[in-house]
Amino acid sequence: MNAAPQEAPPERERVLDVRGLTIGWGDRVLHHDLTFHVDRGEVFAILGRSGSGKSTLLRFLIGLERPIAGDVDIAGQGPVDLTTGLPPFGVMFQAGALFGSMTVGENVELPLAEWTDLPPKAAAAIARTKLALVGLEGAFETLPSELSGGMVRRAALARALALDPELLFLDEPSAGLDPITAKEIDDLIRTLNESLGLTCIVVTHELESIFAIADRCIVLDDRGGGIVAEGDPRALRESTDPRVREFFTRGGRG
Amino acid sequence: MTAAAAPHTAGASQRASCDPAASFTIERAEGGVRLSGTFRTTDAARAWDELHAAFAGAGPGELALDLSGVERIDGGVIALIVAARDELAALGVNARIVSTPEHVRPLFELYGGLEEASVRAPRPALGPIEAIGDVAVRWAAATRVAVIFLAEVASAFVSLLRRPRSAHLKEVPWLVQRAGFDALPIVSLISFLVGFVMGYQSARQLERFGANVYVADLVGISITRELAPLMTAIIVAGRSGAAFAAEISTMKVSDEVDALRVMGLRPIAWLVVPRLLALVLVLPILVLVSDVIGIAGGLVVAVMSLDVSASAYLLETRRGLVPWDVGQGLVKSVPFGLAIALIACQQGFAASGGAESVGRRTTTTVVTCLFALVLLDAAFTFTFRMLGL
Repeated sequence: MNAAPQEAPPERERVLDVRGLTIGWGDRVLHHDLTFHVDRGEVFAILGRSGSGKSTLLRFLIGLERPIAGDVDIAGQGPVDLTTGLPPFGVMFQAGALFGSMTVGENVELPLAEWTDLPPKAAAAIARTKLALVGLEGAFETLPSELSGGMVRRAALARALALDPELLFLDEPSAGLDPITAKEIDDLIRTLNESLGLTCIVVTHELESIFAIADRCIVLDDRGGGIVAEGDPRALRESTDPRVREFFTRGGRG
Repeated sequence: MTAAAAPHTAGASQRASCDPAASFTIERAEGGVRLSGTFRTTDAARAWDELHAAFAGAGPGELALDLSGVERIDGGVIALIVAARDELAALGVNARIVSTPEHVRPLFELYGGLEEASVRAPRPALGPIEAIGDVAVRWAAATRVAVIFLAEVASAFVSLLRRPRSAHLKEVPWLVQRAGFDALPIVSLISFLVGFVMGYQSARQLERFGANVYVADLVGISITRELAPLMTAIIVAGRSGAAFAAEISTMKVSDEVDALRVMGLRPIAWLVVPRLLALVLVLPILVLVSDVIGIAGGLVVAVMSLDVSASAYLLETRRGLVPWDVGQGLVKSVPFGLAIALIACQQGFAASGGAESVGRRTTTTVVTCLFALVLLDAAFTFTFRMLGL
């Protein structure tokens, strides 16, 4: 750095900035003092064994739970407050969380109907396009209970993308799917990331999908020790830290 | 690995306790207890009894569990031996498992039989005073949750005034149909029967005084003032209250409520406000229907077995009833509807976990609703009386 005036690498815009975040409820602290950030356009993975609190961390990031301490800053707008309007991101829940009383099409239309003044016909047109984007053209009139596991994830992805967020949170997008379907979902995430410039934050323990999609990742300790590693998953595979090494060589299934 | 020790393959028929290969002995030996033979899980009950018989009277000190004679042993029996050892340890007997044959060693290791006995301290039972305190703390927590819920509902109504779209008002007509229209057959049937039974029971008494025609007053007043609002509310609590609680708690446990939140929608406004409006709209109408049909039930009795003509019955009903009799029932039905919707939705939102929680919340909803309805009804009757209405 003391060399001749070199061109500084372009400062990448931070989409998510987490500083000193302590998560848990009351006296039960799950992780203490977490600090990490996600740049625009990245696919960022939050890794850890079962029970390491990665899905819980996601709930704190998206504002479903109130942190004990620390800040979560999304898109430079400060901490998320879900009660004040449309949050600047989409979320795909682990089991899809599609509204069971509505058709798949209505599920995707819902955010559009609530947050835009589009006439119903236009909202339906957008919903159809989003469903086509995830490969569910024919499922508009289907009820979520009639879909297979992989289709539920696709529909949930379409709903999360309904309002074209720039940031997408995905909780275990391919967990419990067969390897082929899981790979299709991974490919879909990668495609959306590359073609739409969508920043994705993925909670997962599937090694296959980590190496397939993640640019960068953090690994959470399963005994509340915070972040044990951060960086490119392909580089972390060579880590000397036994906890990290074990995760990447034996898989996250705990 | 244990199969190597027992030459025959274990078929289902051979697992029966009469199987000679599955015989074992548990006997006292010097310094402890000796186990030998073949131990199958199907004989585990006998093994458990005999182990305890062998341990009876063991005083503090060392005790060896000699397994050298074990030919074959199932995991279930190993678990029992380990459990018995831990029981002894709790009594101060240091029982050690010794001479485990090589071929069953891995199984014992798996079941924790080779480790030191672990003594689990029994959880102290709550004393009476602690138990009372425990109940009080739970009640305080539940009350707090309910008060917060009420405050959120109130704030949802305020924001509804500012931004009507924040509530899912589109859902109201559908809910009205489900809670109201679909309930008409059962409300009608029950009202008719209640009117009929009331008329029939009172007829015997009134007949003795030749006051047959007053059955109209009796049925009319009790139906409109008390029975119609209460019966209708109970039916609605059982139908719609239970349905709302089950629906919302299922949404809660499958993350659908969280999905609403991350779309920037307020679940309370979205789910509770339409249900509340629907029940408040529906209950008075159902009560009116119930009034009419209940009186009709009394009329049928009067005509059939009291020699009162239909026109005389209706005339007497009109003479005996004042508008406030009907009005009182209608006034009560509004808070009844509010109570049912609030209890059901609050229970729904309190769900967490899985399917078991949905069932529990639904049950609690119906029971709490019945309790609240009877309590409210008593309070109204008392208040109206005090006000001289």
